[in-house]
Amino acid sequence: MSGRSTRRRIQSAVMTGIVGLLCIAAVAPLLFIFGNLVAKGASSIDWNFFVQNPVPAGQTGGGVAHAIVGTGIIVGLAGLIGLPVGVGAGIYLAEYGGGKLGWIVRFLADVLNGTPSIVIGIFAWTWLVKPVGHFSALAGGAALAVLMVPMLARTTEEMVRLVPNSLREAALALGYPRWRTSLRVMVRTALGGIVTGALVAIARAAGETAPLLFTALGNLNFSTNILQPMQSLSLQIYVYATGPFEEWHRLAWASALVLMGLVLILSVSARWATRQRHGTR
Amino acid sequence: MTSVPTEQKPIAAAPVSRPAPQVILRRRSRNVGDHVHRWVVTGLACVVPVLLVVIAGDLLVSAWPALRKFGPGFLWTSTWDPVAEVYGAAPMIFGTIVSSLLALVIAVPLSLGVAIYLTEFSPRWLRQPVSFLVELLAAVPSVVYGLWGIFVLIPFLRTFVVPGLRAVLGWTPLFSGVFYGNSMLAGGIILAIMIVPYIAAVSREVLSAVPSSQREAALGLGATRWEAVWTAVLPYGRAGVIGAVMLGLGRALGETMAVTMVIGNRHDIAASLLQPGFTMAAALANEFSEATTSMYLSALFAVGLVLFVLTIVINALARLLVWRVARGASAGSRAL
Repeated sequence: MSGRSTRRRIQSAVMTGIVGLLCIAAVAPLLFIFGNLVAKGASSIDWNFFVQNPVPAGQTGGGVAHAIVGTGIIVGLAGLIGLPVGVGAGIYLAEYGGGKLGWIVRFLADVLNGTPSIVIGIFAWTWLVKPVGHFSALAGGAALAVLMVPMLARTTEEMVRLVPNSLREAALALGYPRWRTSLRVMVRTALGGIVTGALVAIARAAGETAPLLFTALGNLNFSTNILQPMQSLSLQIYVYATGPFEEWHRLAWASALVLMGLVLILSVSARWATRQRHGTR
Repeated sequence: MTSVPTEQKPIAAAPVSRPAPQVILRRRSRNVGDHVHRWVVTGLACVVPVLLVVIAGDLLVSAWPALRKFGPGFLWTSTWDPVAEVYGAAPMIFGTIVSSLLALVIAVPLSLGVAIYLTEFSPRWLRQPVSFLVELLAAVPSVVYGLWGIFVLIPFLRTFVVPGLRAVLGWTPLFSGVFYGNSMLAGGIILAIMIVPYIAAVSREVLSAVPSSQREAALGLGATRWEAVWTAVLPYGRAGVIGAVMLGLGRALGETMAVTMVIGNRHDIAASLLQPGFTMAAALANEFSEATTSMYLSALFAVGLVLFVLTIVINALARLLVWRVARGASAGSRAL
């Protein structure tokens, strides 16, 4: 009997150890990726990298100013289109989402969230590239906006729901109409959380490549015209990484480090802000 | 509202009849505001279903010529010849499924390890940092994974992993043939790393939703801590964990950039994981902007449609499973 219980205790300890090791193995790739990014990318980053445009293939030097500006513009467009829709849908889900339509929207938002981003790229191509006849940054921004909407809707809903109902009741009791209660009290109280969600969505959009492949397309030159093809950091990394030149690979690592830094700053600051507010979340 | 104080002011002096029209007026304008607010947010909410319907409709309409010409055989024939205008998507469908399953085989133990360790065994102070690191894995852009796959993972596989695999398992068809680098194996491993955070986060949520009375009952009956997890906690959350795994599968099926960069992009069905392959998403990324004829484009739309339907079915099933266990508006979507 005691032999069996020893065996069971050993089994428990062994399994605990295995689970812990699996946990370490799951986190290890992240550390390797960050390590490699810094090791291979940091040495190529200097002032010129940020302010110069690329030089012709085969030459050394040059920067990715066009891609950094492009990422900013495309993601900005995505935010302009996606934020009002996503946040509005989230307010609907939180305030009126109890019925059948609410269930459908919630469910389909989750399904849309899982839709492959390349399919969304095709969708944007069908509506904004094919009819016009040429690729454009605007189409890229619209594709990213479609990606952002379901994420924003679900975060906004969650954040508005966290606001205590007593606040709503207090506002209504003071004679505030429902719509002002919703916007001035509920949404305003939840604003910090909504901003956090928006930052996370923007971070994800900034890293996306697939929806931009046949919408924004990429551009070797500096461009700020949203009706023309535009480069983004992610497209730049794809082209450079799969290209044949050593110099391109070096620039790909440096661009990846910049992109990763951008995404990290956005998502870490967002998480930090949430944690300040909600304690252990 | 500016009018709230004025209501308290007239005590006796005001004629009795005066407040009435004011109240009615105010109520009407309030109703207008409420209606506008309600309709605007309802309209914005309806954008989500409309988008999905339009995406599906677009794909179907554009894929129709190819679907009509090739019929259901599109799914299981493997000729992909833009010159002869003959298209069959079998290699991509095969590659998509094999790479995703391979990813699951690797990612499920890892992510369950994370979820179980964090909910059951880890010291409290370790929970936040570890789950934060795992979530960061989800923040790494796909194209960065691809870059890392090309220049770090593939050389690593070539030097350390593949020789070992060949020595032990070289007799099976799974690990036969020459290893050029870009391969199904590399694609599966990259995908595994990418879906770990999703499966881990959702199954962690599911396991935390298991009532502690289950755990306590098992421990009270004399179970060891592992036995409590294995016999009480995991079975209770089984549906949700399966849902979490399916969410990961949905991610893996649709993942594009990283896979495109390491899988080799060849229209072949090879039994060996060391050979290059193709996935539906990778085919779209590679060939969509090069499609010159309308039938070629239509065939690619058909590939997109198959991919879309596949991910929707998987995702919908997964959501239903997760919702069944971890009720509440946020379950399963916070991490995604």
